[in-house]
Amino acid sequence: MAKSERVGVAKTYKLYIGGKFPRSESGRSYQVTSEGGAFLANAAQASRKDLRDAVVAARSAFGAWSGATAYNRGQVLYRVAEVMEGRRDQFIAEVRDADGVRPRSAESLVDTAIDRWVWYAGWTDKLAAVLGGTNPVAGPYFSFTVPEPTGVVGVLAPQRSSLLGLVSVLAPVVATGCTAVVVSSAARPLPAITLAEVLATSDVPGGVVNLLTGHAAELGPWLASHADVNALDLTGADAEHRTELARSAADTVKRVLRIPEQEPDWTASPGLGRLRAYLEDKTVWHPMGV
Amino acid sequence: MPVFDYAPAPENRDIARVKQYYQPFIGGGFVDGDGEPLKTLNPATGEVLAEVSTVASSDVDSAVHAARRSFERVWSPMPGAERAKYIFRIARLVQERARELAVLESLDNGKPIRESRDADIPTAAAHFFYHAGWADKLEYAGLGASPQPVGVAGQVIPWNFPLLMLAWKIAPALATGNTVVLKPAETTPLTALVFAEICQQADLPPGVVNIVPGAGDVGEMLVTHPGVDKVAFTGSTEVGKLIQRQLAGTRTRLTLELGGKAANIVFDDAPVDQAIEGIVNGIFFNQGHVCCAGSRLLVQESITDEVLAKLRSRVETLRIGDPLDKNTDIGAINSAEQLAKIRELVASGEEEGAQRWTSPCPVPEKGFFFAPTVFSGVESSMRIAREEIFGPVLSVQTFRTPDEAVTKANTTPYGLSAGVWTEKGSRILWLTSKLRAGVVWANTFNRFDPAAPFGGYKESGFGREGGRPGLAAYLKGADDGEV
Repeated sequence: MAKSERVGVAKTYKLYIGGKFPRSESGRSYQVTSEGGAFLANAAQASRKDLRDAVVAARSAFGAWSGATAYNRGQVLYRVAEVMEGRRDQFIAEVRDADGVRPRSAESLVDTAIDRWVWYAGWTDKLAAVLGGTNPVAGPYFSFTVPEPTGVVGVLAPQRSSLLGLVSVLAPVVATGCTAVVVSSAARPLPAITLAEVLATSDVPGGVVNLLTGHAAELGPWLASHADVNALDLTGADAEHRTELARSAADTVKRVLRIPEQEPDWTASPGLGRLRAYLEDKTVWHPMGV
Repeated sequence: MPVFDYAPAPENRDIARVKQYYQPFIGGGFVDGDGEPLKTLNPATGEVLAEVSTVASSDVDSAVHAARRSFERVWSPMPGAERAKYIFRIARLVQERARELAVLESLDNGKPIRESRDADIPTAAAHFFYHAGWADKLEYAGLGASPQPVGVAGQVIPWNFPLLMLAWKIAPALATGNTVVLKPAETTPLTALVFAEICQQADLPPGVVNIVPGAGDVGEMLVTHPGVDKVAFTGSTEVGKLIQRQLAGTRTRLTLELGGKAANIVFDDAPVDQAIEGIVNGIFFNQGHVCCAGSRLLVQESITDEVLAKLRSRVETLRIGDPLDKNTDIGAINSAEQLAKIRELVASGEEEGAQRWTSPCPVPEKGFFFAPTVFSGVESSMRIAREEIFGPVLSVQTFRTPDEAVTKANTTPYGLSAGVWTEKGSRILWLTSKLRAGVVWANTFNRFDPAAPFGGYKESGFGREGGRPGLAAYLKGADDGEV
């Protein structure tokens, strides 16, 4: 009898909310194809309800994550890099299919994404020293200023760069101690879900990062108007939708990140801008005396 | 307790050199604006203090163009060390004319001369002195190797600390190489226009500072003007949201310093007499016209009766009256409109079932005054616990545990400031990390300094004023995700 060729086990790609991998409560899914048009998978198409669940999860995770020591957060972020490294080949294959790039280019994008986690991991316990300090006030008071995370950050991830772009917008959010609700690239969502699997196995507490696959145009308005979201990155929104989303964000005085009009070159080394954008300066005063 | 009588000790109003008529300051000169002139009142008497020419859209254009021209040709190319000397000059001129400015501020705003003399004007001078020193040291501010100014700043300020808010806005903008068009509040334009004279005396190049008096419509023209690169606004959360909406989708940079409803938390181990002074300062400083006022007092349940009794007996001694009298503790409410708003919110507190206590102190018959008022039995759902009253009205709530205090303190869309009173150091540090507010005063309240960043969390706005973070608002690339 001739040996039959082994049938592969295809993965079901789901959402990542509160540390779990549910399907969309709406039951919706959509077809994801490679840049060349070949069928890759069905991705869950997140709904407004999924988004609201993700915000609740992000808010409940905020206290513990922002209260964790910066050393601990740094180790968790570094762990993400370690676990990604172990899945390097899988990421290269997925990025090649999703972004439609040559294998060597995919390799370089994945390596840069891994290295970006390492870079941000090292920032967690240095931000307060670099951005904060003591204030030499004119009086008998001890005054100091420390950066603190602003809260829940809503991220519309880049539409083009499925992994490096995603990591570049997500890592700074969690490095500051904020928690994130991320809507992935609509057409290139699969590396995002694989990243979610990495996060779920890297000591990142459930709810710190919530990843939804679906359409920024559908989910963006709910994210922008949600009263429990403190800051917004609209990178993945169409230029024509950004103004409307930013307007809606004004109703709760959200911090809306200043972003370039076009999706930038994510391989460039990031500055402190994204970290600063998600930090609040808190100033504390106490009298000095005997 | 002995009762002390105070003889009147009024400051001489002539020191303010009030003119009958003031003009906008555009391109280095005083010019009539095309807007409808406004009359600014002395809120302590309700009488007209002066007439002020206001600007129309064409004047805002001229001011923005003047600012643009001086930005490109003079101010941003100028070496930081030279810019610094102009700003130092301004600081010195504010100090030299401090008494005049203080009396004028009290006349126009209604605040006690003790506060304008000891807080507003000296702190305004300090802001210029502090920021002057930054002008040639920006590359050391940790905001990039070669930080660049943004351009023309459009700034809109409130009426509660007129000259001080002007200083908070203009000093960092100038130090970082930007030029400004500033709109003072409709009811308090006078010290800003004397400041314009100071700019002339300092020989500041024309167009670096432009002052455009007017009402909210002028503010809107300014913040939406296409020639403005950066908007800085201090005022109500309602107007702040409107500005954020209007600027959505534009490249204009924005910082907002908005309203607050600060919790002032008193634990049972607090030094009660000091805490009483802090509570009084927290809510009755500047008639409670303070965005960071400690307007919600959270007292640990076991000491509520003691704190309330001591608080009432202390508040009874506060003297309300002539702002120019050096013995006055509480001056005039800035406008009839604000007085009506305070009365409306106080009435809502009574209707919703809170217990009102108002100091029996004598209140002047003329002018806009409101006696210090304390509400006890306040529930978190009541309007007086949620809405910014911006007047001498304190809402008292109680708590049992530190966790409950944190929850109650943070249950507000605002997040500007908070106060903590306890002798326990570890508790102070724990609380300061839990309170979602931009400024936390522990065993003190209402302290301000140009070296100490100030600004809010949540709906109290974004961006900081003072310190290194305050510079970021006026420098390119420092506060954004542009890579």
